[in-house]
Amino acid sequence: MYTVSSPSAGPAAGSLPRTGAQIIVDALLAHGVDTVFGYIGASVLPLFDRLYDAPIRFVVPCHEQGGCHMADAYARAGGKVGVIIATSGPGACNLVTGLATAMMDSIPLVAITGQVRTDLVGQDAFQEAPTTGITRAVTKHNSIVTDIKDLGRTIYEAFHIASTGRPGPVLIDVPADLEFQKCGGNGAIRVHLPGYKVPRNGHAKQIEEAAQAINRSERPVLLAGGGVITAGASQELRELAAKANLPVAMTLMGLGSFDQRRPESLDMPGMHGAPYANFAIQESDLLIAVGARFDDRVTGKVDTFATKAKIAHIDIDPSNISKTVRADIPIVGDARVVLAALAGCVEYRDRTQWFAQIAEWKRLYPVGYDRKAAGLKPQYVIEELYRRTDGNAVITTGVGQHQVWSGQFYKFRQPRQLITSGGLGTMGFGLPAAIGAQIARPEALVIDIDGDHSFNMTMAELSTAVQNELPVKVCILNNGYMGMVRQWQELFYRKRYAYSHLRNPDYAEFARAVGAAGLTVRSRDEVGPALEQMLRADKPCVVDFHVDATENVVPMVPAGKSLDEMEGLDVLQNAM
Amino acid sequence: MKHIISALVENKPGVLAHVAGMFAARGFNIDSLVVGRTEDPDLSRMTIVVIGDDRIVEQVRKQLARIVPVVKVQDFVGKPVVMRDLMLVSIAVLPEKRPEVFTLIEMFRGHVVDIGQKTIMVEVSGPETKIEAFIDVCRPYGIKSVARTGTIAMPRQGTGED
Repeated sequence: MYTVSSPSAGPAAGSLPRTGAQIIVDALLAHGVDTVFGYIGASVLPLFDRLYDAPIRFVVPCHEQGGCHMADAYARAGGKVGVIIATSGPGACNLVTGLATAMMDSIPLVAITGQVRTDLVGQDAFQEAPTTGITRAVTKHNSIVTDIKDLGRTIYEAFHIASTGRPGPVLIDVPADLEFQKCGGNGAIRVHLPGYKVPRNGHAKQIEEAAQAINRSERPVLLAGGGVITAGASQELRELAAKANLPVAMTLMGLGSFDQRRPESLDMPGMHGAPYANFAIQESDLLIAVGARFDDRVTGKVDTFATKAKIAHIDIDPSNISKTVRADIPIVGDARVVLAALAGCVEYRDRTQWFAQIAEWKRLYPVGYDRKAAGLKPQYVIEELYRRTDGNAVITTGVGQHQVWSGQFYKFRQPRQLITSGGLGTMGFGLPAAIGAQIARPEALVIDIDGDHSFNMTMAELSTAVQNELPVKVCILNNGYMGMVRQWQELFYRKRYAYSHLRNPDYAEFARAVGAAGLTVRSRDEVGPALEQMLRADKPCVVDFHVDATENVVPMVPAGKSLDEMEGLDVLQNAM
Repeated sequence: MKHIISALVENKPGVLAHVAGMFAARGFNIDSLVVGRTEDPDLSRMTIVVIGDDRIVEQVRKQLARIVPVVKVQDFVGKPVVMRDLMLVSIAVLPEKRPEVFTLIEMFRGHVVDIGQKTIMVEVSGPETKIEAFIDVCRPYGIKSVARTGTIAMPRQGTGED
């Protein structure tokens, strides 16, 4: 659930004429915005001039992409709408990756971009780009404001659309001349969106049918996706699981919605998921998916996915239902409301045999690695980090092997504890995400578990952390490769490592150069002391772990195979 | 199977681009797309003909409804509807052949809207099958060019001409 304080009428609404820049600032304040990420440029000068006096914390990244990821993680970690402002042309273009990342993971962002003056639009003016055209497919909604009378309402609508239903990024493009034009207040601002409907309750008959299916089921699996966290429905999920006696699997985006330390947790299914989660889904007679969209990384080959199961699918976005996996019991509604309603109609059912089977799979195929190896294993670093942080850190990640290992070896217990680019798979997300999360939750211990190549993409933002005195921690699992790509090349491209290796900088030296602390770890013995030093640091700290370069993520469902055709199970069995 | 989808959309810039972009991004095929004003100046109607199985068309319908300025989406498949397509066609006709071509035009209740020395331009409207049939009968004379609007449709309340 995302909180937007219900907009108060702007301070000057209905009174003295205000400039467009002031209308924007007033609209932000009316929505309870206290933090904005952004980068200045010619077309947003009037707006920045007004923001300079506003009671708003302003965070300047090194690059607009970083700023957009910061605003995104600020929303993910804190449950508020993230706000990013960029200038026209290159500034707006640099937001695209960040908007697409937020779009795929349903994160509420309001992006405000400057545009060239109205009389120059369409003339290939300096720093002009067709921003709404470029970003249309990567935003939930976008528009260009052409009349100052529409400006305030458009921003109110942006907050409403971004934060309700299935959340997402909304972009408003504002030509520079509108920022200094004046407009008299015309009373209260009324949001008018005839085509925008937000489902809430779910169909009572469908909920009843799902409840009966749960009561009848001998081998059920509850699958929680990111929608459970978005809806603030973790408590309702836990109550339903307890009341009906259900095992719970979580997608990468859903991790934290259910406490992974519980025996009922099946952890994460999918391509690099836990074997017991995949086997349980394949053997289940009822799969109840909540706020999950059956991504190909979760289902494997769709034709052979959960063929023995009846599928109940709860989602707030009707287009997610029966998009890839045909739902037998579709329920369109808010996860929190629907889960609470379901919990009201289910009964406890003893499923000793089913849970014994799950326990047996867990015993046979625990998530593991070669713990006796002499070298420094990346998984060991995450296990140690988990132990030394008591499992309480907010973890952000880049994308690749380290991301999967974070999902496998850090046991999440609270929603909004894992901040990761699940859908788009955006390398470089980890560090700016850590910065955004730390701003949203100043008291939290925020750690970016990163890969060397992911870190390379946005490492300039370390100086943003230093400048803003944010004590984020970065653990780089440095194997010198784009590790996941290297793994696929090893397995599927005859070990031809085409362009997946780069010579990396000395990250500890780099960290010190920008004013952060930096450490280098080359052996297993150094891991504990280095982590302790990192956790004690009262400023940003980067630890560069030189890990085993050839370690692979196991187990694995090769692309296009069924969930139960997992490879690498022998590695897990030998690791015991 | 051919589905006629009718979408009522807000009359705002960028809506057509959004709809067309969604079709392209998701790999749906558009057979025809017509946009026009309605009785309400704030709303336009898009009539989109899509070919696909039920599953694809269900996704088309849901993805259209997801677009914020799209107000209402209807799929007319299986419902009695009136469908119309308007065509302007230029046919190569020398003066001595005009009478026989005029007879054809009359049979299809078309109108001659332009007469040149070697060509005539005809306006024909009706269901797609009628338009296609008219093209077929004119083909032997030589078709110079064709412009068609694509299909518009409205559900029937009673009975009448197909």
